[in-house]
Parts: sequence; C-alpha cells; structure tokens
Amino acid sequence: MEKIKQIEKEQLRLDIPDFFPGDTVKVYVRIREGEKERTQVFSGVVISKRKGTTNASFTVRKVSYGIGVERVFPLHSPSVSKVEVVTHGRVRRSKIYYLRNLRGKAARIKERRRD
Amino acid sequence: MSNGILGKKLGMTGLFANDGDYLPVTVIEAGPCTVTQIKTKANDGYNALQIGFGKKKVKLVNKPLRGHFAKIGDKNFEVLREFRVDNPDEFQLGQEITLDMFDVGERIEVSGTTKGRGFSGVIKRHGFHRGPKTHGSRNYRRPGSIGNSAWPAKVIKGKKMPGQYGNSRKTVKNLEIVDIRSQENIILVKGAIPGPPSGTVEIKKLKLGNR
Repeated sequence: MEKIKQIEKEQLRLDIPDFFPGDTVKVYVRIREGEKERTQVFSGVVISKRKGTTNASFTVRKVSYGIGVERVFPLHSPSVSKVEVVTHGRVRRSKIYYLRNLRGKAARIKERRRD
Repeated sequence: MSNGILGKKLGMTGLFANDGDYLPVTVIEAGPCTVTQIKTKANDGYNALQIGFGKKKVKLVNKPLRGHFAKIGDKNFEVLREFRVDNPDEFQLGQEITLDMFDVGERIEVSGTTKGRGFSGVIKRHGFHRGPKTHGSRNYRRPGSIGNSAWPAKVIKGKKMPGQYGNSRKTVKNLEIVDIRSQENIILVKGAIPGPPSGTVEIKKLKLGNR
C-alpha cells in the first residue's frame, strides 16, 4: 500500500495553486494538433472539485455566446500546463451546480474578501 | 533467461503518460526469486526451473521442505513454482532471478488465482439478465428455462448454471509493461490482473505465437 502511495505521490503536481469552488480561474491547456503543440486558455468559474490522488479533477464552467460550457480537467494531468486564479468567489457550498440554472445578473458570484 | 518470475499484486492506481493520457496500472512486487531446483529432460522428463519467492518463518516450514531449501542455503520461501526453460544448463542452484529480464513496453502475460465468489447464481456468474421485480413476478434472479421437454429429454451439457465462481486460475495475455523499478523490485503493468491485492501472480514472457 505504501509503495502505491509513493508511486501516486510522484505523479502529483505541486505547482498548481490552491483554488476553491466559486473561484474564477484561467486554465492553460496543452493541445496537440499533429506535430504542433499550442496552449489554449479556458477561463470560467470552478463549480466543483473532486478529491483524489492522481485522479483528482475539477470542473470549470463558462458561458460562451449564450451557451453554458463546462469542462472537466484532471488536476494533476501534464496536459494542464498552468492554472491561474483570477478572483476568489464567496460561495456557501462545495458544489455550486445551482449556477447552471441561473442566467445573467443572477449568475454573478460575490468576491471573497481576503483578510 | 528464465521466461517467468513470481510476484505479489500490490494493487491498482493510475498514471499520467507524457501526452496527458491516463493509464490504469497494476503495481506488482516481483522478485527477487531464487532458483531452488533445476529439472532436466534426462532426470525429470522435461526442462524446467523451480523458483521460490517470498519469505517464511523457519518454524512454519515442514521438514521435507526444510531439506529441500537446505540445498541452496538457509533461505525459506513462501511460494514455489515451476517455469519451463529451453536450456536448464545455463542456470545454477541459488541463482537469483530479477526483473531485468523484462523491458519497458514489452508485452507479457500474468497468471493468478481470481477472487473467490463462492457458489454464485447465474446473474453474477454468467451475466444473465434479471426478471421483473414487480407486477407479481417471482422470477427475480432465477436462471429460467434450462431446455426443452420431451426432446432431448435431458439438459444439454455445458448449460450455464449456478455454481462455484472465482478462486480459479486465470491468465491475462498481452499486457503492456508501463514501468520497471528494479531497485524496488516493482513492475507496473497496464490494465488489470487476476486476484486480490497480496495475491501471488506469475509473470511470463509471451509465447512466440502470441506475440
């Protein structure tokens, strides 16, 4: 068991910053197109974080041209090159799926003050 | 080289490949094994190596085995298995067998004893469908009809029925080696292998026809 934990530990990325559901983040994703590799930015609100060692993941939601888009990223995947926290949001639950039913002004999230 | 090694399944986890793919891997602690007996065609009718793996307390080893182990020094093994070899002359008693015989990316086969599920019904054992739970049905998990009546007037051989499921030897072929850590005697194999964690498994090179 300890040996498995050690193997998993080697996989974990320590460069990913701390962020929580409600935060607005920019995720830089590596995309391979044939031989070339480029980085794409997906920015939106983190609506859930799944715990785990190597299979931990988080979901980011944005509204693109009036259509809600959600993307699930593996937290420790090498295809996520960088995660940038834009703002910290103040929410009361860990899974803010209620955001899916809200539009426009109602879908705003208050900023969390950091003292 | 010997064509196989003994190991202990430690469990499963996931690894990221460099391109971001998530690979399911089984972690196996394999070797170091020791050659405990060399069987030759002249002596035994076939060429094979008997190798030992794991540790056992001396007081738990019975006398006949103690004598057998005494031939290669004061080592006691938990498991003894045989592996066929072509040239038994290449080996010596007490020779160590390690993971060095495998390469990363190579395909292997792994044999082990599957988890015992006891006397199981047809749904668990053969994947039959369940009957309706409501509307007066009493046919929840039954096997249903097992054949015709007047002809053939018997149940056809091999009919899938309830019975012992699991606790049998199974082999998974064509598994890819993801990583080998020879210092820790650990091998990472893509996919699942038979048996529970801590189960003994045999890791073998693929036969030529299966490669």
